[in-house]
Amino acid sequence: MYPLPNRPVTILCHGLSGIHDNYSEDHVHTMTGQPEALEALTAGEVERIKADFEILEHQVNGVDVVYLDSGATSQKPRCVYEAEQHYYENANAAVHRGAHSLAVEATEIYEEAREKVAKFIGARTNELVWTANATEALNLISYSMSNASLGRGGEAAARFRLGPGDEILTTELEHHANLIPWQELAFRTGATLRYVPVTEDGALRYELLDELVTEKTKLVAFTHVSNVLGTITDTQKFVDAARKVGALTVLDGCQSVPHLPVDVKALDVDFMAFSGHKMLGPTGIGALYGREELLNAMPPFLTGGSMITVVDMEHAEYMPSPQRFEAGTQRIAQTHGLATAVSYLDEIGMGRIAAWEEHLGAMLYEGISKIEGVRVFGPADAQRIGTVPFEVIGVHPHDVGQYLDSRGIAVRVGHHCAQPLHRALGVNSTTRASTYLYNTEEDIKALLEALSSVREYFGV
Amino acid sequence: MNELDQLYQQVILDHSKRRIGSPLVETTEGLLHGESHQHNPICGDQIRVRVELDDQEHFTSMSWEGDGCSISMASASVLAEMLPELTKEEFLGKRDYFREMMRSKGNFQPDEEVLEDAAAFVGVSKFPARVKCAMLAWVAAEVAMHEARK
Repeated sequence: MYPLPNRPVTILCHGLSGIHDNYSEDHVHTMTGQPEALEALTAGEVERIKADFEILEHQVNGVDVVYLDSGATSQKPRCVYEAEQHYYENANAAVHRGAHSLAVEATEIYEEAREKVAKFIGARTNELVWTANATEALNLISYSMSNASLGRGGEAAARFRLGPGDEILTTELEHHANLIPWQELAFRTGATLRYVPVTEDGALRYELLDELVTEKTKLVAFTHVSNVLGTITDTQKFVDAARKVGALTVLDGCQSVPHLPVDVKALDVDFMAFSGHKMLGPTGIGALYGREELLNAMPPFLTGGSMITVVDMEHAEYMPSPQRFEAGTQRIAQTHGLATAVSYLDEIGMGRIAAWEEHLGAMLYEGISKIEGVRVFGPADAQRIGTVPFEVIGVHPHDVGQYLDSRGIAVRVGHHCAQPLHRALGVNSTTRASTYLYNTEEDIKALLEALSSVREYFGV
Repeated sequence: MNELDQLYQQVILDHSKRRIGSPLVETTEGLLHGESHQHNPICGDQIRVRVELDDQEHFTSMSWEGDGCSISMASASVLAEMLPELTKEEFLGKRDYFREMMRSKGNFQPDEEVLEDAAAFVGVSKFPARVKCAMLAWVAAEVAMHEARK
């Protein structure tokens, strides 16, 4: 017998005890995936949450770090990497193979992680495919569809086929991960890529959907929350338009799943991609949600071991979803880390996190708007998460970021992997502040204070 | 001086505003001229540099246009001021010396006789993420030099 310890499935960070809300398993989501009006976290609760993040106790350039770059990647609470360590120390083995106890234990941890993360987004367990990240999840759909277009998957895969005359629709708001895979799919199949443009403020022009979604449209890919502007999409409008013509819907949940309660069934989308590392989880793990009947009909993307049933030298039969999309040895520790992150978020409650970040986002948007010589981007009346891009007039974003860094404030500068959106906004690059559940009001105040002295420093 | 002030020395901030050699100027008949467009995909900074040389392989002018941070724009300005009358070989020598300074992580005493205003960029070498900004114009000028034709 191996000396197996108590299962490391739930290692909760101490700071959480006592923080609960009424957002539990039978939570209700509105159709747009917006949070119910829940009480935001209190300042005291946020302080206790922050204490779970070792890195936020560190200093950068001799001052306390103010991390406002969670849109790029979130920080991780101790319990997440301790869970990974615990897995390696106690249960490491290859999953779905081997009869020994460690292999059984590892497989259980791996599949329990899937169950937990699937439940977190309102999906059934076999509707969640592990991927490296959201980018890989979106590419999975793109390449599976081109395989279908080559005839793979037979008649069952007919609805994934694309060819000349067919159209793929995306938006001008997308980051490159939800644009380039569709450009490439169009190149490979001869289909045409179209997009919903934005206004000069960066608001989606929903009124054009009726015109842009036609019988030719086979797939509609759109973001739930803009990674640059932080604005929340009215997903219902896209889903309704796509349903009318029988087009598949792909939702990019990279910036929504970490910050808002998300229920894929309420949203009624066909696919959704998201990344673990933006939601307190480790890097190297993400997921694709897909409706069961779609995933089971779609030809695989990556092929090899672990995704087959019978193989001879000429051909192979494939497993049903999710295994048919998980070729090769998988990222077991990372799935466990992500499941632990999800437990952490669940215990606090996504509704309360969303309410707190809405508050921080409003503080950012209004606070930055008031600073002389600084301009915020994004429509003023939009619903947004705690993500706000801005420009200090006369100072390049790279220099703004450097100045803020000297005060310990971490923000992102550049085009944020969304060059077309920046072009539409009339700039090459912006500076972006983005929050998460561990950000305090003091963090926002530190940014606002620093921003008010940038122009003076650069002599503008 | 703190590290930020070493990075943003007054010479650099001044050059980033003066932008010597910008915008681009028309080429002169009878001279060799070459052009290069360089782009830093990480931050989106870009620069177009045009150089002219005479038959003795002396630079006669550098003009440019660009969009970027104060470090990249100041570096182009400094180079445009320095380049006229240098030979190809002298430019490449200074380019090597400048690059050595950029890779020094701050452990460098630049010879101002060699680098003139470009010596002020020594503070940039402590910020590895900004070295590319400082090098952008130098890379563009070198490519433009190799491209130079009548």
